[in-house]
Amino acid sequence: MTRPTVSYAIECAGLVKVYEGDPPVQAVRGIDLRVPAGICFGLLGPNGAGKTTTLEILEGLLEPTEGSVRVLGCSWEDGDSGLRRRIGVSLQETRLSERLTPRETLRLFRSFYGCGPSAEELLALVGLQEKADSYVRHLSGGQKQRLAVACALVGDPELVFLDEPTTGLDPHSRRQVWGIIASLRRQGRTVVLSTHYMEEAERLCDRIAIIDRGRVIAEGAPSELIAQLGGEHVIEIAAADSLPDHLDDLEQLASVRRVRRFQNMVQLTVSEPQEALEELLCYLRQRGIELQTLRARHASLEDVFLSLTGRTLVEADA
Amino acid sequence: MPGWQSWLQQLREHPLYQLTITRLVEFYREPEAVFWVYVFPLLMTVGLGIAFRNEPVVRVVVDVVERPGAEQLVQRLLGAGGGGSGRVAGFHFRVERVPEAEARRRLRVGKTQLVLLPEREVGQGEPSARLLYDPTRQDSVLARLAVSEALRHGIRRKATHGVREEAVTQPGGRYIDFLIPGLVGMNLLAGGLWGIGYVAVELRVRNLLKRFLATPMRRSHFLLALMLSRFFFTATEVVLLLIFAYWAFDLVIYGSLWQVAVLLVLGAWSFSGLGLLTASRARTLEAISGLINLVTLPMWLLSGVFFSYERFPQAAHPFIRLLPLTSFNDALRGVMLEGRALSEQPFEMANLMLWGVVCFALALKWFRWR
Ligand SMILES: Nc1ncnc2c1ncn2[C@@H]1O[C@H](COP(=O)(O)OP(=O)(O)O)[C@@H](O)[C@H]1O
Ligand SMILES: [Mg+2]
Repeated sequence: MTRPTVSYAIECAGLVKVYEGDPPVQAVRGIDLRVPAGICFGLLGPNGAGKTTTLEILEGLLEPTEGSVRVLGCSWEDGDSGLRRRIGVSLQETRLSERLTPRETLRLFRSFYGCGPSAEELLALVGLQEKADSYVRHLSGGQKQRLAVACALVGDPELVFLDEPTTGLDPHSRRQVWGIIASLRRQGRTVVLSTHYMEEAERLCDRIAIIDRGRVIAEGAPSELIAQLGGEHVIEIAAADSLPDHLDDLEQLASVRRVRRFQNMVQLTVSEPQEALEELLCYLRQRGIELQTLRARHASLEDVFLSLTGRTLVEADA
Repeated sequence: MPGWQSWLQQLREHPLYQLTITRLVEFYREPEAVFWVYVFPLLMTVGLGIAFRNEPVVRVVVDVVERPGAEQLVQRLLGAGGGGSGRVAGFHFRVERVPEAEARRRLRVGKTQLVLLPEREVGQGEPSARLLYDPTRQDSVLARLAVSEALRHGIRRKATHGVREEAVTQPGGRYIDFLIPGLVGMNLLAGGLWGIGYVAVELRVRNLLKRFLATPMRRSHFLLALMLSRFFFTATEVVLLLIFAYWAFDLVIYGSLWQVAVLLVLGAWSFSGLGLLTASRARTLEAISGLINLVTLPMWLLSGVFFSYERFPQAAHPFIRLLPLTSFNDALRGVMLEGRALSEQPFEMANLMLWGVVCFALALKWFRWR
């Protein structure tokens, strides 16, 4: 087999992870991934989908029950000392020492690598200069998260893993972390992140894999995935009274690609919003249906997830 | 840059140095931890030292039944003007005057150790007395000896038959001298289990062990740093304790100081191994706390911290002596109180080393890093 000369930062095939227990938990049920070097790759999925498990297998922290992993062309079984120096990791939940300062924390992590940017440079990169010498426990959630990202960068890694880097952060802090992640990509590093915020995946990632119940259910660039819906726009309508049961003929409208019903709300996926709106209003007028809400928006990854699983990301979380 | 400065810089950037120094810094920034490691052992020494100061060790409670002749009896026991208590012949007496029924009841329930019943004699000479005691109670038997001794004392006021008594109380034989090495051992054990075992599990719970594992950090550096930083606390703590005991209780160390130091290092190392082994699998703080108590409490009780294990049945001694804390305490008392060399205590040294080696081997094999 001849392969194109694309170098993959990560290749894994047939990953399966079963946590022993009673009953055993099948956290990952056969995942194949190829992450080209130099891109930002996202694992998008609800809580419990298996993102953390997958990441920790890729990071060499967890043994897969089955499957093979190659990271930066190496395998974890071949001994990890060389590979460890080339990757940076931020785990989903790490409580760094509360009574150390960010500067001290970075110095500690830096000593493990023996090279890489100085503590000062890292603090500047994540915007923590002012907090450099206060205890970690006095940092806000966003500042702690930025420190965790800085810790992942101490070894000047080619490949950075970030597990849910913005979960639980307020919008402002989230934006700051997004800024840092975008700058990592610009520096030519490969970034692999997990998230259950579709907005984050859409905004940051060149490619994403949508994960649900331990499987990849879709993979591609966010725009590709959205395009697969058949239309790039979504129109949602809800009537003052309940909508009639038979609206199937909405699908007959020329510009409508797909119709979905949720209780008293109907969602249309459309390619040409203007055309579709005109047709829709005409259709409703003919039937004497009075609308309470009408919303038109760009289709998002949320819609992709919905169309693939029949659940919204938020519903899947619960 | 001069050579030594670049050397210093290299040292500062070494992972072992960083791991050790951050633990030290973290520790000293935590006032509670400082209290438990440094202040608490001193308070305990003071408390126990005062409670068991070298007063006459034997306190005797005597009930004298209220009858004619009772006062004469009390006077003869305590000397003139004795009142209710007094110190005679090395015993400390407290005398209660109670009706007969009450006295008998108090003897039965153990409130008094001995009852004196004055008995009128026909000749009106010296009053005689009947002495009630419980031969199955150690304190009661002791009280009988004490009272007859004191009464004899009262008559003759002088030792006879060419036997001369001499009270011998000097540093080395007092309770506090026995106690200090025990406290040192106890603190060393606690240091190994809480300072290393508990801390390791806490790092595991916080996911920090896993985070470190995701770096090129060497596991040996991490473990060594944990031990080094802990040894630093323990060493300063023990030195403080010894200096304090020297200042407050005239503690004397008969053996050589450097042998004490060697023993401290060996003990700290061995107990670190025990701490790591205890911590090797535990996933929660509750689990490790329970395990630590399970390991330490029997040793605090059996290994001769507060009292000698000689009090336990002879048959149990071989097992008690196999415990690492027993070996440490025995060896330390040997050096401090008897001036023996470590080489004269091969069993203790070998046992302590064996515990260390076995614990470390198993701990490294079983240790859960993630
Ligand atoms: N150590 C573990 N033992 C048993 N089950 C686990 C363990 N870790 C995760 N799981 C289970 O595996 C599934 C996937 O978890 P995870 O990989 O953490 O998902 P995500 O990161 O996408 O939220 C969940 O059902 C979770 O409960
Ligand atoms: Mg997760």
